[in-house]
Amino acid sequence: MLKRSPVGSGLDWLLKDFFNWATRNSIYPLHFGIMCCALEMAVASAPRFDAQRFGVIYRSTPRQCDVLLVNGPVSKKLKPDLRRLYDQMPEPKWVIAMGECAISGGPFWQSYSIVPGVNQFIPVDIYIPGCPARPEALIDGFIKLQNLIKENKKGLLTGK
Amino acid sequence: MWINMGPQHPMTHGLWNLRVKVDGETIVDAQPEVGYLHRGIEKICEGRTYTQIIPITDRLCYGSSLTWSHLYCLTAEDLMGVEVPERAEYIRVAAIEMQRIASHLMWLAAYATDLGLMLGFLHAMRDREVFIDLLQALSGSRLTYNYPRIGGVAHDIPPNFERDSLRACAYIENRLREYEDLYEGSRVFMMRNVGVGLLKKEDAINLGVTGPPLRACGVNYDLRKEMPYSVYPEIDFQPAVHPAGDCYARYRVRMDEMYESCKIIRQAIQKMPKGKWRVVAPRNAPVGTGMGRVEDPRGEGMMYIVGDGTDKPYRMKVRSPIFVTVSAAPRMLIGYKVADVVAIMGGLDMCIGETDR
Repeated sequence: MLKRSPVGSGLDWLLKDFFNWATRNSIYPLHFGIMCCALEMAVASAPRFDAQRFGVIYRSTPRQCDVLLVNGPVSKKLKPDLRRLYDQMPEPKWVIAMGECAISGGPFWQSYSIVPGVNQFIPVDIYIPGCPARPEALIDGFIKLQNLIKENKKGLLTGK
Repeated sequence: MWINMGPQHPMTHGLWNLRVKVDGETIVDAQPEVGYLHRGIEKICEGRTYTQIIPITDRLCYGSSLTWSHLYCLTAEDLMGVEVPERAEYIRVAAIEMQRIASHLMWLAAYATDLGLMLGFLHAMRDREVFIDLLQALSGSRLTYNYPRIGGVAHDIPPNFERDSLRACAYIENRLREYEDLYEGSRVFMMRNVGVGLLKKEDAINLGVTGPPLRACGVNYDLRKEMPYSVYPEIDFQPAVHPAGDCYARYRVRMDEMYESCKIIRQAIQKMPKGKWRVVAPRNAPVGTGMGRVEDPRGEGMMYIVGDGTDKPYRMKVRSPIFVTVSAAPRMLIGYKVADVVAIMGGLDMCIGETDR
């Protein structure tokens, strides 16, 4: 309502840099572990790597999140649920594909039950390679995402 | 009323769905539903040569990947009739026990978070890194090691590995005593554990529960003692057993197992002979079958391979401990409150990778 009024949109334009700064420094990924990379995701927020210093805090419900961190192979049974989780997240939202499985199917690319890459049905912004991706790589991915938010860019639906 | 806990729920460490039927706050029925992570590993393995399967078996259980690649190598050695050098056996035993400690610490971190103890997560993850570093020095990777080979291990131990392992054991034993004081002195932890999720001895045996949940029911059944493989007969240790059968007993068994693993690592490092660490295995397996059973950190893991004379297996079957243990979930859950689900299911140490395969 505020945004539709001329005062609101003017305020929005004035404060857009502030909102952008706030968004990129409070990245809330969804607490959603699929496979090996989920352990590295947990390690990344543990004392040694401490991703929380970049404002990365895991939330357990998609309604509070703005990043969907897909960290494993997406099976055909999981695909509708993952799509629903993505749809439940409020805008603006970003997707990180962590590990080979989420990027392209990884070691299970030839399997009959795996979707070869999460970008087949969800637009992906950041790809983090590795099998499993190391916690340093995950933190690097978060920093890349921060730069992406700073430039107001979005990922494109690639793949098929 | 049926409640779906999963596939995205902080209680599920992994990707599964627990459907519970509640009457008010009390659980009257429960249905675990798995299959969200089915990757068809058994079918993939039929199209790969025996050496190429090792990295795939690493990804069976990401919590304790070394145990599974070791189990695969044991099975393939049984099929091909390969004798493993003694040094390789001792290296494997030391590495497996390090993996067991790392896996149990991962469980402790997840379990403490479930019960609202964030400090437990931070402590356990910090100490897990000590063992992850050792395994990384051994194999070169953090989580999926690809270290055992059919007929030995990939490389010899790195320099100073003995010294670092002994130091890590001394460190973790001190730390574990500290954690015991911390957890068992906490009223919240004890109230959510003692007398929760009772599983009767008979039920556990009838449902095929193995590993720490079975030993927590007072059954002294450990495959390292019952059906010794590798060099376990030459190592002196006692399986951890607790008679109570509740969540506290499962916690206690896992903590005691970590102490025993430290003892095993020390003995394996001291008894390790000099010599070769790998023999060359044949490329083609003979026509026949091979079977291997090991004590995984979560229970009994079993593999069965049918060879048909080529360099690829005809069939590979994996018996996963958690796939069987999760069928005991209704027996443990019925009668307790919804808030106890996290404690009961967390105490099982779910690993979906091996369950769905």
